[in-house]
Amino acid sequence: MDIKILGPGCPKCEQTVKIVTEAVAETGVNAQIKKVTDVMEIAGYGVFGTPAVVIDSEVKCVGKIPKKEDVKSWLTK
Amino acid sequence: MTKNCCASEGNIMVLACSGVSNVGQLSNQAAIELTREGLGKMFCLAGIGGQLSGFVQSAKNVENMVAIDGCKVECVKAILEQAEVPLKNHVVITNLGIEKNNEFTLKAEDIVKVKSAVLDICSKHSGNNLAPSEKPFNCCG
Repeated sequence: MDIKILGPGCPKCEQTVKIVTEAVAETGVNAQIKKVTDVMEIAGYGVFGTPAVVIDSEVKCVGKIPKKEDVKSWLTK
Repeated sequence: MTKNCCASEGNIMVLACSGVSNVGQLSNQAAIELTREGLGKMFCLAGIGGQLSGFVQSAKNVENMVAIDGCKVECVKAILEQAEVPLKNHVVITNLGIEKNNEFTLKAEDIVKVKSAVLDICSKHSGNNLAPSEKPFNCCG
């Protein structure tokens, strides 16, 4: 599973990375997490804001910190 | 990037039909000017229509949004319905007393009228103060 966290590195983005990392650990799924901080690369995903979470090329969440339970459900679907 | 970059609160997503008529182009011009003035942020309706996840999810997650349709065909509303995005604020330009035609000559007073209607409905329904935003366009919403 390929997970990307889009955001330039502000506290909300870092909190999102923390939550996603914990969700991956707690569900035990095999996933790679990558932080995408380049603004042009972020723009390529068509998101209105950040932080945003992308799982296997599908954008799951935009402009807010996701709940851990939501992330777990995305990981296990 | 600064530590305060990611503050998405307060930005109004502006979706314009941009259709092939005076009122369609009025929607586009109003969206551009609202964006330039920092009162909203124009967003790509075509991306939502194309069911691209970044665009659809952005529209679903955004706090405040206004859809500007040129006429009663209401293409923006239909696209949002197909994408299962809730319609929050909706302006139909022909309902403002502006008649639809096939010319692209836009009157300055009509652009002002559309922008005023957008700001009015957003103030009423969203409680925004609509002060110009200092946030950069491509940064963190």
